[in-house]
This record gives sequence, structure tokens and C-alpha cells, in this order.
Amino acid sequence: MKQKLYLYSRFERLWHWAQAILIIFLLLTGFEIHGSLELFGYEKAYLWHVYAGVALVVLTAFAIFWHLTTGAWRHYWPVKEKIPQICYYYAVGIFRGEPHPFEKRPDQKLNPLQRLAYLLLKLILYPLQFITAFLLVSYQWWPQLGIKTTFQKVAYYHTAGAFAFLFFLIIHAYLSTTGRPWYSHLRGIILGWEEVGC
Amino acid sequence: MAVTSNWCRCTSCHAGYGWKDKNFDFSEEKIDCLVCHDTTGTYKKFPTDCGYPPLKDKLFAGKKLFKAVNLSYVAQHVGHTTRESCGKCHFYSGGGDGVKRGDIDSTLIAPSKEIDVHMDAKGLNFTCSTCHTTVAHEIDGRHYDSPAPGRRELAFPRYEGHRVRCESCHGVRPHKPSKKLFDWRLVKLNDHTDRVACQTCHIPLYARGKPTNIYWDWSTAGRHKDGKPIVKKGPFGRPEYHTKKGTLKWGKNLVPVYFWYNGTYSYVLPGERVEKREPVVIIRPNGSAEDPEARIFPFKPHFGKQPYDPVNKLLIVPKLFGPKGSGAFWAEFDWKKSAAAGMAAAGLPFSGQVDFIETVYYHALSHMVAPKDKALKCEACHIRQGGRLANISGVYLPGRDRLVELDKIGQALCLIALLFVSVHGLARIIISLKRK
Repeated sequence: MKQKLYLYSRFERLWHWAQAILIIFLLLTGFEIHGSLELFGYEKAYLWHVYAGVALVVLTAFAIFWHLTTGAWRHYWPVKEKIPQICYYYAVGIFRGEPHPFEKRPDQKLNPLQRLAYLLLKLILYPLQFITAFLLVSYQWWPQLGIKTTFQKVAYYHTAGAFAFLFFLIIHAYLSTTGRPWYSHLRGIILGWEEVGC
Repeated sequence: MAVTSNWCRCTSCHAGYGWKDKNFDFSEEKIDCLVCHDTTGTYKKFPTDCGYPPLKDKLFAGKKLFKAVNLSYVAQHVGHTTRESCGKCHFYSGGGDGVKRGDIDSTLIAPSKEIDVHMDAKGLNFTCSTCHTTVAHEIDGRHYDSPAPGRRELAFPRYEGHRVRCESCHGVRPHKPSKKLFDWRLVKLNDHTDRVACQTCHIPLYARGKPTNIYWDWSTAGRHKDGKPIVKKGPFGRPEYHTKKGTLKWGKNLVPVYFWYNGTYSYVLPGERVEKREPVVIIRPNGSAEDPEARIFPFKPHFGKQPYDPVNKLLIVPKLFGPKGSGAFWAEFDWKKSAAAGMAAAGLPFSGQVDFIETVYYHALSHMVAPKDKALKCEACHIRQGGRLANISGVYLPGRDRLVELDKIGQALCLIALLFVSVHGLARIIISLKRK
């Protein structure tokens, strides 16, 4: 039975799309600074990369506050159930027209695989990029801050994080098209309402 | 090439008053006050009189008239040094306008802002001594103290009074917002000063006034046509070939080369053995990324081909200037005689054989600071290949540097992901079409 559920609140949708735009923009400007692309010119790429990075930090701060105060952080708490079934679904079931083993509900709107992926993103990748970014812009103050590392090493970690983000983005964008019909997840994250069930 | 054995020609500038041989007395009485402090412009040393001015009207090289100097008139008009008085020697180093330096020449007598923002005759109008301050006649600069005196910070008078460095006036974080309270762009530019000298970005090109000599091949000197010396002018109106000097190349608006530089040089000294590993670097800037005093600095490379003793492995000090019979090259055009006479004067051995060797020396560029809109842009260095700092090692330069393996792994993983989702998506499309 199909039912329409209000899964994503206004803040979540704003947060999601602002992140999406900022991360894509950070990837473009970042890989220009890295020397892999030529789009805006080095100076603009550098400045906009920093501005977008600061914007993402501010947005993340708001999001952390929001998740803590609303209790929405619970959606990311990892669970073991159904992970093999979900893997089987994407490998085989999806082609056979079988239903998704996980059913979205307002109190658990992320499937166990999503929970794991987003948790890793938030606990490892975001901190990695934020910390390395802070180090890269503050290298003049390392002696005062008691930080002993090399600019080169930090730059390597930041680059590795960028590739990880790009990797995530490719998979994430593709998986957003695996609803039924293909745009149903997308419509959900844009409008908030998603048709769930079959 | 050296002053030794060529005193009376070279010492018209290489300061001295009657420095005609190796027995010159370097005491205070031999200092020529007027060459610096003349304000009339009439005090000119005769080019071949060992640092003396002409006391009678005299022709130089049968052409150029040097008028007798009226010493009492000049003495009654002494004053502060001017760009002209310093420039009389320094603009013409190497034997002509702009020949040696590349960053100072006669355009600095009254330059435009384009040529030099500080000396701009209609603007700041600095003289040489605005920066090259003196304490009891000791002039600040790299040629008297190595490295140049003063610290890399604002030079408050209560310190030592030296202000020859850019930082002496501009400080170590020199870019300041004129309108906004805070400008991240300027913060980032300021971050560069720990490793990049001001000159590197702000002297984007050298020889912006007059052409400078970039290559001097002495090995071809001495050719004559019908018994007469040859002077063949090339582009810029400067000689391409000159019987006395050899083959010459000139350049204008040139891109510097860059090295780590801590303000000191390593020199090949007279009598120092040099292997024939060309080009021999006669003057090499010292410094590296590990040296906290070193900065990335722009240089003019001056290439040459000069006489070399292949047996003793010594650069030859040739005697160029002198009368016939003295061995002087410019009188007899015989390198062996010239080398024998020059090396004897320098107190060095000479095997009797003359070979020629490619040499280079690097001249730090500190003058002719361009307006700020002409300063180098980020891409000049932050670029994968062909950037100005392509050869600078020891720093991670974003845009140029990367860990190639990391890039390969990252690209490979992302491509695999892309391929995987494409195949997966295509399969879904095909299956759904079949079902219909």
C-alpha cells in the first residue's frame, strides 16, 4: 500500500541542498587549486574555495545544533539489521523488481546502509576536511599553536579527503535515482513528501 | 674578467682615486669625495685615467670629449647625492648603460611610475639614499654587508637606522586593505612573505628600462676586417659583435630566474680551481628551503664565455687594457700574451694555454619595482607545469605539486565508481524497457 510521508523537514532539505551545492563547488575550486582543472582562475578559485569552506563550516554548526536539539541525530545511529539483504537488493533484487527490504518511516527514514555511510561521512570525512583545511590556512601560526607537521602532508590528506567526497558524490547521486519511480527519492528530498511502499 | 691588471680603466668606477696598480693605498685620503657629492654634473672621471678626472680637455677613444673639470667650482657646489651622481657609475656598470645589472640603468635618473614606483620622478621621487641609508659614510646594501644590514621587519629609527630592505618600510605583512577592514586575499598574500621575497612578485620582469647584456662571448673577440676593428650593431642598437669584446647578446623585459637566497653568495675566487663542468657558476646565491633566512628571490643570469687555463684549471684574469707591448688584449689582440700579463699581475700561475669556458653568474634583482597591478598573479607559480618556480624545491606549492600516486588512486576509484553506477543504471534501464 502506497502512502505519502513527510520525511524531510524544511531545515533538512535546505541543509541537504546547501551542502550539495557547497560540496560540488568546493570540489571544482579545490581541484583547480590542486592543478587538475582550469575554470575560474587560480586567485578566484582559491578565494571562493575558502569562502565556500567557511560557509560549509557555519552550515555544519547549525546542522549539529539542529540534530542535537531535535534528536534527529538518532537517525544516524548505526544498526546491523538487513545490511546483507540491502546489499543483495542492489546487486540482484533491484533488477528483478523485488521490493526494497527496508521500509522508510518518519522515525527511521534512513536505511542501515545509509546510516553507516552518512555516519562515516560526518564522523570521519567532515572532520578530516575541516581540520586539514584549518591547518592549511593557519600554517603561519603552527609554531604558536604547537603544531608540528608539514604543509605537504596536510595537503595530501586534504586531497585524499576531496577524492573521498567525489567518490561519495558519484555513488550518492546514483543511488538517489533508484527509487520507484526513479525520481521518487529526489522528489522526497526536494519537496519533503515521499511516496513510500508498493 | 677582473679589475686586476686593468686598473686604470676599471678604477674610473671601481672606487679609488689614482688606483693604478696593486700597490694602491686604500686610506681615507684616497677617497674621491666629489664623485658622489658633486651637484653640478660637471665632475666626470676620464674613463682611462685610474679614477682621476680630466684637468685639461681630453678626447676619449678619439671621439668623446671630456671637458676639464673646474675643481673649485665643483667644490663650492657639493651637496647630497642624487640619482645622477650614484648613477654615474652604477647605471653604467659593465661598461655601458644597463649592461651588467638589468635592474638599474639611466632611465632611473627620472623614471616613470611604470619603471619604478619608488623613484617615480612625478611621485615618490626617491633617491638612491632614501633606501641605501648611510651611517658615517657606510652605505647600506648587499655589497658592503653580506647579507644587507637590518632585520626583516619595520626599521624604527630607535633600532639601527638601516632601511635598505623592503620590509624596513613595508613590514613583514605588507599588504593592507585600503577600504575594507579585512581582506582574505591580502591575508593570503601576506602569508607568502615567510618564503617568498617581495622582489619575486613585484619585479615581474627585468631590463624594463634599457636593454641589458645577457651573454658575452669573449672567445670571438679580436677579429678585424681589412685591419680595422669591427663593431656590428644588432637589435636594441647595441653591438652584436665588437672586436674588443667579442659576441654579445642583449635582452629587454626579461623573465628572471629564481633561487633560494639568504642574502649571501658563493663566489669563485681568483686562483680557485674550476672543473670544466659548464657552465661554471661564478656567483651562486646561497640558501635553501631549510634555511629560515632564505627566501625565493629573482635573479638575472649573466652568461659568458671567458678565457680559461685548461692545465691549471683556473679562470684567467686577462689583461685587457694597456699600451702596446704590455700584453693588453685591446692593444695586441693576443689572448696568450693577455693571459700571461694578467695572471702575472694577479700573482697566479699560467700554463701558457688558453681555452674558453662557459660561465654564468646570478645577479639579485631588487630595483625597478613595478606598480602593484603589474605584480605577478597566482598562476605565474601555482601551475602544474612551466611556472616561474618550476625549479624551486623544498616547498609544497599548491597547483604545481601533488602526490602523483594519491591522484592516480583517487582518480581510479572515482572512475571505477562512475563505471559501476553507469553499468548498474544501464542494466536497470534495459530491464525496465524489456518489461514494457
